[in-house]
Amino acid sequence: MPKFNMDPKKSEMPTQDPAVRAGNFLEVALGYDEQTAINEAKRCLNCKNKPCEAGCPVNVAIPEFISRVAEGDFEGAYEVISRTSALPAVCGRVCPQETQCEGKCTRGIKGEPVGIGRLERFVADYHNAHCKTQPVRAAANGHKVAVVGSGPAGLTCAGDLARLGYEVTVFEALHVAGGVLVYGIPEFRLPKAIVRKEVENLKALGVKVETNSVVGRVFTVDELKKEYGFEAVFLGTGAGLPMFMGIEGENAKGVFSANEYLTRINLMKAYENDAATPVFRAKKVAVVGGGNVAMDAARSAKRMGAEVYIIYRRSEAELPARREEVEHAKEEGVVFKLLTNPVRILTDADENVTGVRCVEMELGEPDASGRRRPVVKEGSEFDIPLDCVIMSLGTSPNPLLRNATQGLQTKPRGEIVADENGATSLEGVYAGGDAVTGAATVILAMGAGKKAAKAIDEYIRTKK
Amino acid sequence: MYKILKKEILNPTVTRMTIEAPLIAKKAQAGQFIILRVDEKGERIPLTVAGCDRASGGVDIIFQIVGGTTMALNEKKEGEYLCDFVGPLGMPTEVEGLKKVAVVGGGVGCAIALPVAKKLHESGAEVTAIVGFRNKDLVILEDEFRALSDRFFMMTDDGSHGQKGNVCLPLNDLLGKGETFDAVITIGPLIMMKFVAEATRPYHIKTIASMNPIMIDGTGMCGGCRVSVGGKMKFACVDGPDFDAHEIDFDEAMKRGKTYTEFEQAAREKHCNLFKKGVK
Repeated sequence: MPKFNMDPKKSEMPTQDPAVRAGNFLEVALGYDEQTAINEAKRCLNCKNKPCEAGCPVNVAIPEFISRVAEGDFEGAYEVISRTSALPAVCGRVCPQETQCEGKCTRGIKGEPVGIGRLERFVADYHNAHCKTQPVRAAANGHKVAVVGSGPAGLTCAGDLARLGYEVTVFEALHVAGGVLVYGIPEFRLPKAIVRKEVENLKALGVKVETNSVVGRVFTVDELKKEYGFEAVFLGTGAGLPMFMGIEGENAKGVFSANEYLTRINLMKAYENDAATPVFRAKKVAVVGGGNVAMDAARSAKRMGAEVYIIYRRSEAELPARREEVEHAKEEGVVFKLLTNPVRILTDADENVTGVRCVEMELGEPDASGRRRPVVKEGSEFDIPLDCVIMSLGTSPNPLLRNATQGLQTKPRGEIVADENGATSLEGVYAGGDAVTGAATVILAMGAGKKAAKAIDEYIRTKK
Repeated sequence: MYKILKKEILNPTVTRMTIEAPLIAKKAQAGQFIILRVDEKGERIPLTVAGCDRASGGVDIIFQIVGGTTMALNEKKEGEYLCDFVGPLGMPTEVEGLKKVAVVGGGVGCAIALPVAKKLHESGAEVTAIVGFRNKDLVILEDEFRALSDRFFMMTDDGSHGQKGNVCLPLNDLLGKGETFDAVITIGPLIMMKFVAEATRPYHIKTIASMNPIMIDGTGMCGGCRVSVGGKMKFACVDGPDFDAHEIDFDEAMKRGKTYTEFEQAAREKHCNLFKKGVK
């Protein structure tokens, strides 16, 4: 077999047929087999300056793990990844590799980059399927740290601290751990069994997970430190309140936030026939927004049997969602109404949604975000008849914890103020993820959790 | 897992349970709620805390058996366990500075009105309690209310117990005679709270209603519990559940409450059938 694979294209990853998958919640992408993985790994040039690593928020030793894969040493590759990443099976699936590691790949200059994400996913799945041994616990160092929120930021922070010997307790408000990985991202993109497995891996490292624990209500941050003896606290509480447009009809029956719609489906499994949790069985749905969450909501609604539109006020080029998500949505039959903006939700006398009134938009001068500002085309109003509208416009920070935590400095909109290491205005209290940045990505939250873990370790080791 | 320490049938459709949850018992205040799941496949339902005993670690819930989940909950026995029990959620009812208050409860809402009345009574306020039920068989907590109110009005729709009529009757009567209150706190069916708000509006008496909308997480994530208050969108789980009753859009809340009516009806029937099979 040749030592290098000079194919300019990435090895294809098989996916479920769009017509079939639009009717089920099973995972869309099916992953590499061993031979394809080795073959793809041989496309890596093992560059000296490792541009890919610089593009990774958690600095996975990418060429090193890929060279292990090329040698067929998959467990060895897993060890390399897990040195720096707490959630490899998750990252391999949901990271926007095209703008991170793969975006920097040398092979991408003249062809397609190495399929780093696909390889990471393969390695993590291989490990989870084959590994029978428990990870080795670090020797306890006698210090206790509390982590608030079990999403990607919290789990990463907890994992890194546990590996350093800290006694870590993660507090989660919901009844299962995983945060947005379980309530937000759908099963067909990230199977919940994988999240469960990643949480089990952390528990094996000694991390304790307390579900049904709302910090800010049942404990305050101050109590965690003073009464329960945690020397530091990491706040990874996530994004918070869903935003709405402020247009007429938004409280009608059949209007949901993407968070609510997705939580019913993902966390509560409302798509199963014997589910105790209801979900609105719409015939025709408009999802308003163009981000990854909007794509998730649209593709979920499709799987629930609805005809689905995405309504987005800018053009296709500005869609904030990952390219792959947009393509998948299109393949599954989601219709994109671009340069379109809702102005009113239409209802009948009982407040059931009957349609959405929209205007056409055109792009004007660039705005503060650098994107061309959409402006309304005069006299372009039109109605789309439908029975459900899902608002996917982002979130504003959750007020619960900040209202309950005296002295915790927040920005005017409510995000927690934290420096580049996650340190907040309170001593020994660190924060990271969407609670600090506003809605962003899983991997950025993981990066923040990682930095905070390092800073917490330093803080505890050096404090008097 | 959360142990059921005590179970008591208050009337054919209403049950009281004490759940072992010492951390919640330590913190919960009148007006706050919990969310529970009966079992691994269960839905999350919010229930307002009806009382708690900090010493024994018990949290009381009182629920009406109305749907699949409350039926399943009611089938649980003393000594058995609930899968999930989280709280306390929401903001406590504000009672500070209130010296003379009318607490107006309707039906199972009285279960929530009771701890509010108790807190007011303990803070030294003069409490007028007005409670209403459909008929004498559905009356709950009468003795408890009598014990901590300075004036007590029992109303039933059919007059089978106390006076005949709804809770607005004595309230209108008192207000009409020039009686005044620092606040009126009302908890019960939306339609009742709407009429209580209309009764006090001309007198400009601060009126607080406790809302119990559809919600999932109860921590400000899902946005299902939104309520229009003074034309603004509020989330009952983090901004409430108490709001200024004169500002709440009750008509909208009533319509929103019916979002899943069909599903709930099907769940109820399914559950009844399952239960019948079980006892055969």
